[in-house]
Formats: sequence, C-alpha cells, structure tokens
Amino acid sequence: MMTFTEIKKSFLTSLWFMFLTFPIMVIRVNTIEKQVIWRWENMWYVGIGSFLLSFVWRYFLRRKERGNNHANEHIANMSSSIQRIFSRRRYKIPAMVAAAMTVAVFPFVMNSYQTNIMITALMYVMLGLGLNIVVGLAGLLDLGYVAFYAVGAYTYGLLNHHFGIGFWTVLPLGGALGALFGVLLGFPVLRLRGDYLAIVTLGFGEIIRLILENWNEFSYGPSGIAHISKPSLFGIKLSFSGEITYMYFLMIGMVCFTIFVVNRLQNSRIGRAWIALREDEVACQAMGIDKTRTKLTAFALGATWAGMAGVIFAAKTTFINPASFTFMESAMILSIVVLGGMGSIPGVIIAALFLILLPEYLRAFSDYRMLLFGAIMVIMMVFRPQGIIATVRRNYNFKKAEN
Amino acid sequence: MLKVNGLSTYYGNIQALKGISMEVAEGEIITLIGANGAGKTTTLMSISGIVSSRQGEIFFLDKPIHAMSPDKIVSLGISQVPEGRRIFPYLTVAENLDMGAYLRSDTENIKKDMAYIWDLFPILSQRRHQAGGTLSGGEQQMLAISRALMARPRLLLLDEPSLGLAPLVVKQIFEIIKKINTENNTTIFLVEQNANMALKIAHRGYVMENGVITMSDSSRNLLCNEAVKKAYLGL
Repeated sequence: MMTFTEIKKSFLTSLWFMFLTFPIMVIRVNTIEKQVIWRWENMWYVGIGSFLLSFVWRYFLRRKERGNNHANEHIANMSSSIQRIFSRRRYKIPAMVAAAMTVAVFPFVMNSYQTNIMITALMYVMLGLGLNIVVGLAGLLDLGYVAFYAVGAYTYGLLNHHFGIGFWTVLPLGGALGALFGVLLGFPVLRLRGDYLAIVTLGFGEIIRLILENWNEFSYGPSGIAHISKPSLFGIKLSFSGEITYMYFLMIGMVCFTIFVVNRLQNSRIGRAWIALREDEVACQAMGIDKTRTKLTAFALGATWAGMAGVIFAAKTTFINPASFTFMESAMILSIVVLGGMGSIPGVIIAALFLILLPEYLRAFSDYRMLLFGAIMVIMMVFRPQGIIATVRRNYNFKKAEN
Repeated sequence: MLKVNGLSTYYGNIQALKGISMEVAEGEIITLIGANGAGKTTTLMSISGIVSSRQGEIFFLDKPIHAMSPDKIVSLGISQVPEGRRIFPYLTVAENLDMGAYLRSDTENIKKDMAYIWDLFPILSQRRHQAGGTLSGGEQQMLAISRALMARPRLLLLDEPSLGLAPLVVKQIFEIIKKINTENNTTIFLVEQNANMALKIAHRGYVMENGVITMSDSSRNLLCNEAVKKAYLGL
C-alpha cells in the first residue's frame, strides 16, 4: 500500500516537473528562421527522470524514518570501519606507511598537471583544517573566512612587489597578519551567535574583497599583482617541473604541520574550552573560562592558517587579484568542513580532496558542477548530517590517586 | 566572607534586584528562598559576575568583586552550579570535571580531587567515559556539583539543585551538600524553591520577594515562622 502512495506522489512530482520545465525543455524558438520547434521527446525524458529520482528519494527517506535505512547503515558502517581500521595498531601503521609512500612518489609518477591540482587540493586541506578550528571546535559560523586568505595572499604579493621580500620571511608574517585580522573581526562579533554571526562574518569577507578591488593605489584593484616570486630553495635554480615538485612537498610539509598543531590544539585545554563554549556559554563562565579570550583565540588561530595558505597561494600562482577571494571560496571551505564532519581532522582532509579533485577530473560535466555540488550537500545533510567521518573524541583515563 | 551591600541588577529597564544586602560567614550553609521570579537566580548570577550589577557592592574576603569578570571571580574561590545543571552534553563525565578545574594547573591535586569526586559519587566513576548528555537528571546534577567542586571553591553557589528531580534523589543531593560543607568546610550559598528541604540543612536563611529581601533569620526560626509556613512550606 505504501509503495502505491509513493508511486502516486512520484507521478505527481514528475507531472509537476514536466509542467515546470516545459518552456525551456520543449519549446525552442529559432529566431533566425522564425519558427518554433516542439521537442516533445524531451518532456518524456524529464518526466521519467524526475519520476525515478523522486521515487528513489522517497524510498530512502522512508527507510531512514523507519530506522533501518540500509544505505545509511552501509555508509555508517563504512566510515566506522575506516575509524576502526585506523584505531587498530596492526592496520594503522601499514595504512600510514602506504599513505606516506603514495604521498612521496606522487609528483614523480604523475605529470605536472596532476601535481598542480593536488597542490591546490592540499591548500584547501589546510584552509579546511583552519576553518575547522573556528566552526568545528568553537562553533562560530564564519562565512568570511576567505578574507584571511586574501590578507595572507596580499601580504606576500605587496611585500614582494614593493620590497622584494622572500617567501620564507613572509610566510610567518602572513600567518601573524591573518591572526591580527582574526582578532579584528573577533572583537565586534563577541556577543553574536548563530545567524547574526554568520551575516557579520559574511560582510567582513565582502568588505576585504571590495577594499582590494577598489583601493587602486594600495592593491592595484581588479588588475591585481603579477610576477610574484616563487618560493626559493637555498638559492638553487629549479626547472619548471622541479618547481612544481618543490611546491608539492612544501605543501605536504605545511599540511602535516597543520594536522599536528590542530590535533594538539584539539586535545589541549583550550581545545576543550572551545568545545565547552560551543555547548554552553553560561556554564563556561561559571567554570571561570574567559569567554572573550577563548573566542578571540579561536578566531585568531583559525585565521592564522588562512593567512599562511594565502601566502602559499600567491607564491604558487604568482598572480593574485580580488576575483580569487569571492564568497564562493568561503562557501567551498565551509562545505569542506561540513561535509567532512565538524571537528574531525580525517573527515576534513577527505572532504577537501574529494571536493577539489572531483571537479578537476569531471571536467566534462563542468556545466553541472554546482548542480552536482548542491545535490551532494542535500543528500549528505539528509542522510548523514554528522559528516563523512564523524568526530571521535579522545577518552581520558584518570587513575585513582593512591593515598 | 561574602558581603552584599545594596545590590541592584537590571535586565534592560526591568529592575530584578532592588538594593539587596546580605552576609555569608565562613563555613555556613545559607539559603535564599522565594517564589518564581523573585530574583534568586539573578542574585547568584550577580555574585558570580555573569550578570553585571548596576549599583551596590559585593565583597568577597574583603575584596570588591562587583566589577570583576566572571573568570577572575572563579579564580578567587567562588564557583557556581548554574540553574538547570548546564553540564557539557558532548564532553565525557571526566572531561566535564576537568573543565571545572580549568583555572587550576596543579595536576597532582586535580587528580586527587577527581578521586575525591569518585568517592563522593560512585555512580559518576562508573560513567566517567560516558558523554554528559547521556546521564540521568540526578546524575547530571551530581556532575554539575562535582564540576563546581573541581575548582576547589571556598564559596559554592548552588542554584536550585532539586529542580526536576525525584524526591529520593533530592534527599540524596541534599545529604551530599551537607557532607561537602562539613568535610571541606566549604561555605555554601543555596538558592531553592524547595524551602522545606533547604531550611532543614541550612544554618540561616533569607526570604526574597520581588527583588527585595523581606526576612532573614536562622533557619529554625524561619521554619516556625507563620508567614513562611504559609507562603513557602504549604502548611
């Protein structure tokens, strides 16, 4: 009986879709020969397609509601088995070794195009891990994260352009400036939560981009800054492919450093203070946690990674302009965090690689990229809201003191 | 130990506390009873600095604390069990306790205090790796009290520990409160709606109505007072 109603509902959905898409899918007006072409066969495709999709959607949703969603269980099992494998020492070490080997030989096996997109993906891993501190741990929804990325990129771009300062000097400086801007954003939003915070951070991101776009004397406006130096390697002149390989390993190093620091932060007292602040502000204050300082450190530490990633971005592309720092970038980084699982380091890494590499390999479908992207997000949020790999929090063992 | 002088607190334009004064001596259990909306919770929040007061003074160990930030006040030795428990649901029991010791860095003593908590509430020890949100109401209240104790307070502010708990659990909680007071000489400031229970364990009590303190006496006298009996004890 249930299936019958499902079919009926799906049928109605498909009728509705056929009606909605009728003007664009069926009618085609040829303005040159002044005739209208009726493509009736398209209507059938739309009808059958939407019927099937709607049916499958309803079917899975119903199973999920019943609590025995096989697809859901399957995904859950898969990810928990990933976690289990990684938590077991016997598998953990070989898996780590295999991953390290893949990482080490990648630029020598693959061509420079592949290595290049891998570098981009790794940059997003770094950005995702940085935003993970702010959104995943501290629970502060930041929609203007790209602003700090821009700050880092322009720090290097301008310092290199005017004073010829090298990459390695600017890298920590970019991080520091990112942190400074993080605090700058943090102060006005200390009292805000949820939607309000999201709107203010969104505005902040746009302000930075608009300043860069319009302040010609300072940032050279939309034409941007070109001929930024690539990172140096003890003054050795590198070939074109050598440069890419060097960049790749530099990025791997940075990502490892980020993972190390974020992991340490997560299990530190300040990390737990962030989690506690996300859960209950009043209780935090009653425990003596300084709300102001804790929130500001979250913003500052999150922004540091974006600042450094910005410096690397400028060095990699050797050209920057405000068009690289639009809201789409912020949305992308946030999607990485949400898709991967808030607060989960392996989740963020997998999501970043998935979201950045997939569009590159699916160039053929580039017109439908955002459509697919949206569909993935919706499906993910309905069937697995905790992300690809949900956070597994560490357990602490306190032994009874002997006295 | 704690001295409140003409304290007034506002929420926007609404005055919640209208110049209240009270005093708490070291080692005492003091209770503040009153109806809903009388300003009991506001009093506690003002003392702990989470809600800032507009007028009046608060002295703790002869230091003015009414202009201090909440974290400074906690570091002086006042810790609060907020109304409705407010434990951290996604942190484990042990982590919740560790958050209570946030301002302390003496690892050895923290471990000792943790062991003391396990003795005080054996049920928490069994659930130490369980997320706080999965505990029952009574266990959560025990956890909230323990978390506040982890700060090694000299003055413990308790806001309605009996809220929403079964009578048997309430009795247990009150016994523990008394035990904490006698064993550690921790001063306790207890805000309660369950006036009967509160007055039985307290040394002295204050009665609050519409942001004003209307009565203050030893709890024995308050228990016998006709007006209190009528209004709060339902006798």
